[in-house]
Amino acid sequence: MGDTTFMQAIVWDEYLTGPFGLIAQYSLLKEHEVEKMFTLKSGKLPSADVKNIIFFVRPRLELMDIIAENVFSEDKMHSSRDFHILFVPRRSMLCEQRLKEQGVLASFVNIDEYILDLIPYDGDLLSMEYESAFRECYLENDQTSLYHTAKGLMTLQALYGTIPQIYGKGDCARHVANMMLRMKREFAGSQNQILPVFDTLLLLDRNIDLLTPLATQLTYEGLIDEIYGITNGYVKLPPEKFAQKKQGEASKDLPTESKKLQLNSAEELYAEIRDKNFNAVGAALSKKAKIISAAFEERHNAKTVGEIKQFVSQLPHMQAARSSLANHTSIAELIKDITTSEAFFENLTVEQEFMTGVDTDKVNTYIEDCIAQKDPLIKILRLMCMQSVCNNGLKQKVFEYYKREILQTYGYEHILTLNNLEKASLLKLQTSSRNNYPTIRKTLKLWMEDANEQNPNDISYVYSGYAPLSVRLTQVLARPGWRSIEEVLKLLPGPHFEERQQLPAGLHKKRQQGENRTTLVFFLGGVSYAEIAALRFLSQMEDSGMEYIIATTKLLNGTTWIKSLMDRPESQIS
Amino acid sequence: MTFITANWNPLGEAFYRKSELYEMCWNLRDGLRDCLVAAAPYGGPIALLREPVRRSPSSRPQLEIYSASGVSIASFPWKSGPVVHLGWTRHFSMGQEVVQSQVLEAKVFHSPYGTGVAIVTGSSRFIMATNIDDLKLRRLPEVPGLQGKPSCWVVLNQDRQTKVLLSTGSELYILDNTSCTAVSLPGLAPQGGSIVHMSVSFSYKYLAVLTDSGHLWTGPSHLQDKMSEVDTKKLTPPKQMVWCRRPKSQQPSVVLMWDRLLMVVGVCQDTIQFPTEDQCVLVGEMDGVRIISSTNQELLQEVPLVCQEIFKIASMAPGALLLEAHREYEKSSQKADEYLREIKEQSMLGEAVSQCIEAAGHEYDPNTQKSLMRAASFGKCFLTDFSPGQFVTTCRELRVLNSVRESSVGLPLTHTQFKQMTLQVLIDRLVYRQFYPLAIEMCRYLKIPDYQGVSRVLKHWASCKVQQKDLSDEAIARAMCAKVGDSPGVSYSDIAAKAYECGRTELAIKLLDFEARSGEQVPLLLKMKRSQLALSKAVESGDTDLVYTVVTYLKNEMNRGDFFMTLRNQPVALSLYRQFCKLQEQETLKDLYNQDDDHKELANYYVTASYREKRLESRLSLLQSAVDEYNKAKNEFSAKATEEEMRLLRFQRKLDDEKGAGLLELSLQATMEALLALGLYKQAEQLYRDFRVPDKRYWWLKLKSLAEKEEWDELEKFSKSKKSPIGYLAFVEVCMKSNNKYEAKKYVSKVTPEQRVKAHLAISDLDGAADAAIERKNDSEIATVLSRCSAADRLLIERLNRASTAKK
Repeated sequence: MGDTTFMQAIVWDEYLTGPFGLIAQYSLLKEHEVEKMFTLKSGKLPSADVKNIIFFVRPRLELMDIIAENVFSEDKMHSSRDFHILFVPRRSMLCEQRLKEQGVLASFVNIDEYILDLIPYDGDLLSMEYESAFRECYLENDQTSLYHTAKGLMTLQALYGTIPQIYGKGDCARHVANMMLRMKREFAGSQNQILPVFDTLLLLDRNIDLLTPLATQLTYEGLIDEIYGITNGYVKLPPEKFAQKKQGEASKDLPTESKKLQLNSAEELYAEIRDKNFNAVGAALSKKAKIISAAFEERHNAKTVGEIKQFVSQLPHMQAARSSLANHTSIAELIKDITTSEAFFENLTVEQEFMTGVDTDKVNTYIEDCIAQKDPLIKILRLMCMQSVCNNGLKQKVFEYYKREILQTYGYEHILTLNNLEKASLLKLQTSSRNNYPTIRKTLKLWMEDANEQNPNDISYVYSGYAPLSVRLTQVLARPGWRSIEEVLKLLPGPHFEERQQLPAGLHKKRQQGENRTTLVFFLGGVSYAEIAALRFLSQMEDSGMEYIIATTKLLNGTTWIKSLMDRPESQIS
Repeated sequence: MTFITANWNPLGEAFYRKSELYEMCWNLRDGLRDCLVAAAPYGGPIALLREPVRRSPSSRPQLEIYSASGVSIASFPWKSGPVVHLGWTRHFSMGQEVVQSQVLEAKVFHSPYGTGVAIVTGSSRFIMATNIDDLKLRRLPEVPGLQGKPSCWVVLNQDRQTKVLLSTGSELYILDNTSCTAVSLPGLAPQGGSIVHMSVSFSYKYLAVLTDSGHLWTGPSHLQDKMSEVDTKKLTPPKQMVWCRRPKSQQPSVVLMWDRLLMVVGVCQDTIQFPTEDQCVLVGEMDGVRIISSTNQELLQEVPLVCQEIFKIASMAPGALLLEAHREYEKSSQKADEYLREIKEQSMLGEAVSQCIEAAGHEYDPNTQKSLMRAASFGKCFLTDFSPGQFVTTCRELRVLNSVRESSVGLPLTHTQFKQMTLQVLIDRLVYRQFYPLAIEMCRYLKIPDYQGVSRVLKHWASCKVQQKDLSDEAIARAMCAKVGDSPGVSYSDIAAKAYECGRTELAIKLLDFEARSGEQVPLLLKMKRSQLALSKAVESGDTDLVYTVVTYLKNEMNRGDFFMTLRNQPVALSLYRQFCKLQEQETLKDLYNQDDDHKELANYYVTASYREKRLESRLSLLQSAVDEYNKAKNEFSAKATEEEMRLLRFQRKLDDEKGAGLLELSLQATMEALLALGLYKQAEQLYRDFRVPDKRYWWLKLKSLAEKEEWDELEKFSKSKKSPIGYLAFVEVCMKSNNKYEAKKYVSKVTPEQRVKAHLAISDLDGAADAAIERKNDSEIATVLSRCSAADRLLIERLNRASTAKK
């Protein structure tokens, strides 16, 4: 961005503003002569006294049409402005062709790409924030996102060294690995001489584990996401609990705007509690409260000038900790109101019944009641899909009953969504009488009866009993290895494989005793916060000897995931 | 041993030397007489055109090209008109305008912008192109009073502008893009006379002007002051006049050449004169002048300062002493120690070593190089912290230079030129001359990364190889594979493109197969009209944008039928195209599904399409098509669901028309809800039956609706219509939601025993709840009731506690 020296305005593809917020703040852009920022929309561009207009867009045809419209309406007024396009993450001949057809290609001084595949979300988390990746891969057979993934992984390897071992499970994983190996051959010779940071890359298709994202996440962060939705590291919360209570002042007018908070590991307290089961968060918060008030009490013990000085120097840190504590106490209260409700409890009970294989082949009365009560459709779909996945498909009678209920209650147009879910195997008709799920559950110990939520000893704590299949596969791969579960792997869709990449001589790591190995786990099609929590738990386990870094196409939860698979035609009848 | 200083000639403070580079290998019958000669700088090749001015229109002069050592490289007859000037450029054409007007004189020049050319036309106008790779002809302004060609002119490069300096004899003008300005030479003596010759230095910084009175004026080319003025005492104009300088020149000079005399005129007014026997040509270099005659080639240059210091008679410079020390050492004489000590006493040993190394670089004779390097190496032994870098680099570079100076290669590069030109360019030149093995050896010797080195050479070799018409496609492909293998950075697609250019399509396809980057194969395959192959390669690359590109291309190239068939064989491309159609061409999407007999997708397509219709009738007809397709797809459920939707839409339209109920497009549930709200119980009932709505859902719906409207009598009637499929707790709770405890109570007794405690609690009847719980002897229920008790309910608590202990 630094090379455009004159005053400029950026027109953003709205979808990109979130991810870009993570790498460049507005203030930074301002320093680089960015005068104005607009959102891309059809019609005329807002006026701004700048020489350069830069469009930051994803390579999508519909956006090209909007840009063309912008440029056309612009030309009549100012002819002296320069237009630039930056495609994120990659330029597209198809889009340039479209601009040409629209007759505006020549208006652009500059067409370039801003290669942004993997965006850092946290110290151990990278996401492409490619929302439609799962849909494109499994519904539309469009593997564009996988190409970007492979490219992103190549960039990563250019920076952090060639990853010597690649494991994978699933069709998409295979495809990505193939592309990576091919690209490596293409770049042969330009190989970097960097000591590899990662020992292993594990590529996992989302569709080998459809169950996990459907279940309600029970970690602190997972619940925040389930209830309020975390977008690009920020959450918007209802303001009531965050009203500033000043002593002696009755705060009558509550803030009406929702409270926006940034959530990441830079905040000490959040890093501590984000991955805990919610039932363990209360205790952690009160413990923290005691520590903080004890720290404030210290001032009474400070006698000498030196001691006082030291106390004062710690004050800013302590005050930050106190406000952080206040925030999270409020959030925890908000969540607790919901988790203690009967509706939440009933929903969770049904989920756990499905996961443990109770009555999965019958019409579930809870689902039925929820439909009758016209609960949100996505909630119904989540439960239905869960039942289908845990039962290796639904019996025809059950299946059709559910579908009819949905069409009659929520409207016929959802027939398209139901079709999509079927195509993605989230819903299916039971064809063989054999149900594989119990076998998988038992072999991989997906259900742990005595999950310890306070002091977990197994990843199953993140769903209070259910151990996410994807993470279990990761865990088994590290020890004792996938060979021990060949049979189960065969029951899951797509091939599993292992590839080795030659390292240039002299770059083989000499591991010291007790040094951890590092695995990059890449979830193709999305990953939930609970799964991330489970992997972090594995990293922290003393005897695991493995450090996990997580990458994904998109951070998701059951709701956003199902939403991405829905089709809602808009009626034109006037 | 000959004295190195034997061929040194003093000029002012400095020395000039003229040393032989080659005995020319060529055999020219008439010498260089009547020839147009052009030699490229940096030891480049020599072009020679005999008899440029044709004697008869039918005679075709021969254009011959030689290496600097006179080895013939190429030769071809000159077919075009008379040649005015010969210079080294790339191939280009100056266009029609120049063809029409006669070219009187031309000059080729080199600038930071590339190679340019300037001409004087028959109408006395200057036309100039600064870069022939990006040919833009500029007509310079008219020169006042100029008839025919000017008496002399040069091209200048100043302030990033290319200008022409010309003289019409008495007047001097500067021509730039916009104006023609008269100028004068500062300090030129008035008796100087008119200008007959001009020369600009290699760097365009200095200008030399000769007048008809034999005065040579020199000065910077911006004409702001004068360096010197020398009277050559020659009244005939010289054949050639060239600057002879070197970087950091102490004593720049101008070389003038007459038929039998070569005169070096220093700025210091000193001159050196060499007699010449033969016709010669001078070639200006950045650090000297090459003198080419029919028998040999010499380099005239100012002796570099460091060489002067070392070799000057009786020099006491540290380098000279070190060289002497080493000589004595080889003679096993103790004098070596004396010399060394002398250097060391002045702490000049490092300086001495550096001097020897630097001087070695400037020497052309390998023996001299060796003795200097040995001396340096010897001196290095007495130093502890001398970085070996300079020594090693110079050794390597000298080896490279000596090998390219070989007569068979014929690149007489000086070290200074080599540094300026860079190794990359040297390799390129070797490659263009097709000295592949030497180039590769050099790359390996200098340990250049494959990417910039060996691979580049191989690439060139390969594109040259594919042009060999006498070899079969098979043989070339095999040779290619063996030599190039998968050397990194060699692009098989580039080689293939070359093969295709030479008309060898089959070979191109064979070569493309070796290309690892499928993406790179695509554009060429498309160009060669191998679109199917292009498509599969694009798919292989995984780059969806590339697939789209090929698909779009195919769509325009092929007829629709073939296009669809091609896609059918490439599922990945097909689904991408479908995606494209979904966004852009809905109609095509339909055709695609039709072609594949994909009834299910076709049905979905109709459903989606139906929502785009503005009229109900059109929507219904599309939904009917969907029904047909669902049936063909044997998807009975969807077919039936769609039929039901059609039925519902018709029903809604009818009722809207009759009662203005606003039902259209509501879901069945919402429709019933609306009907109940409007009190149209009969119609709601009808839908419930017609669409076989499950009892449970309908009961819930009606219960809530009636409670909301507070139709309590109607609700009671409804509760008694048959046994409630949703039980009666629901009735209690819904009534309580409307805050009607009275109505709620009516249903408590009907609640099943299991839910009775809950029902009592719902209406806050603790006693009732306690009774029910105690009756059922259920601990958890008792506990629930207890948890709802307050301190005031002491009696009740006791009762409950008693019941709970009694049970135990």
